Amino acid sequence: MLFRVLQKDELSTLFDQLARANATVGPIESGIDRKGNPMYAFEPVSNFADLRLSYSTTKLPAKRYFLPYQEDLASFRMEGDDWQKNVDYNIDKPCVFFGLHACDINALNKLDKVLMSALYPMPYYAAKRMNMFIIGIDCQPQPFCFCGSVASDSVTHGFDLFLTDIGDCYFLEVLSATAYNVLKTVKTSEPEEKDHVRYMKVTAERNRKFTAHIDTSDLAKILDMEFQSPVWKQWGDKCLGCGTCANVCPTCYCYGVEETVNVDLRGARKSKTLYSCNVIDFAEVAGGHNFRPERSTRLKYRYYHKHRGFVEAFEESLCVGCGRCGEACLAGITAPEVIASVRGEES
Amino acid sequence: MDHRLPFHEVIPARKWQRKTDLGSFEYTYKAEITSIYGLTDYENLYRIRIIDHDDRKHFSFHPGQFIMLEAPGIGEAPFSISSSPSNHEDIELCIRTAGNLTAFLSRARRGMHVGLRGPFGTDFPMERMHNGDILLIAGGLGLAPLRAPIAHVQEHRSRFDHVDLVYGAKDPSRLLFKFQYDLWKKDNINLHIIMEKADPSWTGPVGLITKVLEEIINSRDDSFIDNTYAIVCGPPVMFKFVCGALSERGVPMQKMFVSLERRMHCGMGKCCRCNVGSTYTCLKGPVFDYWTVMNLKEAI
Repeated sequence: MLFRVLQKDELSTLFDQLARANATVGPIESGIDRKGNPMYAFEPVSNFADLRLSYSTTKLPAKRYFLPYQEDLASFRMEGDDWQKNVDYNIDKPCVFFGLHACDINALNKLDKVLMSALYPMPYYAAKRMNMFIIGIDCQPQPFCFCGSVASDSVTHGFDLFLTDIGDCYFLEVLSATAYNVLKTVKTSEPEEKDHVRYMKVTAERNRKFTAHIDTSDLAKILDMEFQSPVWKQWGDKCLGCGTCANVCPTCYCYGVEETVNVDLRGARKSKTLYSCNVIDFAEVAGGHNFRPERSTRLKYRYYHKHRGFVEAFEESLCVGCGRCGEACLAGITAPEVIASVRGEES
Repeated sequence: MDHRLPFHEVIPARKWQRKTDLGSFEYTYKAEITSIYGLTDYENLYRIRIIDHDDRKHFSFHPGQFIMLEAPGIGEAPFSISSSPSNHEDIELCIRTAGNLTAFLSRARRGMHVGLRGPFGTDFPMERMHNGDILLIAGGLGLAPLRAPIAHVQEHRSRFDHVDLVYGAKDPSRLLFKFQYDLWKKDNINLHIIMEKADPSWTGPVGLITKVLEEIINSRDDSFIDNTYAIVCGPPVMFKFVCGALSERGVPMQKMFVSLERRMHCGMGKCCRCNVGSTYTCLKGPVFDYWTVMNLKEAI
């Protein structure tokens, strides 16, 4: 990894260089919530002034740019008993992500493992992922963030460039050759010893601000032990089974496939829609048997997949601790509370 | 450097759409329904043939694996293959009319084209069972995935010792593959059929599948424990009683194989619909040994 230092006023030049030639997505202020705080969203931006790089967090993750809520997998032309299938992997133009937090980049790295590195890589995802240019930025811990507990508070790969605000300038981590080339268009300098010290001070200060935690030690085992625990019923009684948590989760990738016939009856399309394991028919099979008919079993399953199944498969949990699910949950269920109660701790 | 160039070379579409590598994701073999045979009022046996000659030659599977069958515009679902792996011409699928796609298929006619992806999933380890006894236990539609291992046994009959097939059905009108029973018996496969509910035409035993199973277990000496491999498929509730009884008799859990059924939308370990506990049925299954299933939460 290469380190550079960028003067703050140079950042807009960097942005303009990138945005002029590429589709660029970044955090913007999208409105005011009911408490009067600004809400942020990842939207296409062309103007540096619209960017809010000191954003707290976005309500929705950047997921829709690489795992769209709805996406066509294939289309068909039909003639009599015959048909032709046309597969389109929806290969997009390159896209610049300007200002992703470490947790959101870690979410991408986790998705890579299952959607790109595992058996049967998914080209729909890979096509978008490989055409991304990601500029990360340091964050301000929010009261609901528990990324430190799941080792997602910092990121070491999966991005091109990472910015850390160290006062009057940005400390840059240059990870890719593309980023190195792009940086030639702006004025950067070699970091000095004092910049290193400032960087370490800033990150140490940030790390002290995390307040929410989950205890992940032996969690996979504990989840197995507490499978019959009554706490699942308690949380299940609260849960509305609406699937909001999956919608705002940067790592939830479950989906359903549906086929529809076009109105002209000469074609059809096969589309994939992101789904949630908390929705009632998720585990229903032909004939109507539902393997998880209760909300409690579905909620339990979600924690199982995130903190046990994924750990078993990839040695890490499928949670980046962004806390969006807890913030968005209409019933006020938060991951730290659920995990603490499963461990028998009062929260 | 010209910063107007794209950051990463956009990978050309044709490279993604090869059959191999990444391109296999949505690759569908086009197949033709060559015959539809009504097994009961609810189940049909579909014979389908991959149209492309080379594809047909290269398509191979193992007993217990499944395919994703697609009817454009209607839907796609997983079906276990009911025919012999050595039959490279046709693939046979025993399908019960239960949902959208299967209702559509029940109205389909010969010559219609369907899509086929796969084969996916794990298989019954038939080679490991060579020189042993095989106990096949099917409940209801569970006979469909067992027809492939039965065919394997028939074709390699000398490599297996005792072969018993225990089959439980609701009532005589729901018996599947009736035309095969004599052929199976001819190949020295002991067929034990039991009805949950008899009608006047039925002269055989009546009761639950475990009743016949107990009889078989009790009639055999202790070599049964050492030599037997069990293959079980049926409704979830059946696994517990059948495998439990065998386990009690002393058959090791890793020598019992069960085939699970789940909803699947991709067959490739992506959509999560088939997860049991947190294991993908499509990748680690559908065939599991009983020890693994016991350790999967909510599997049975």
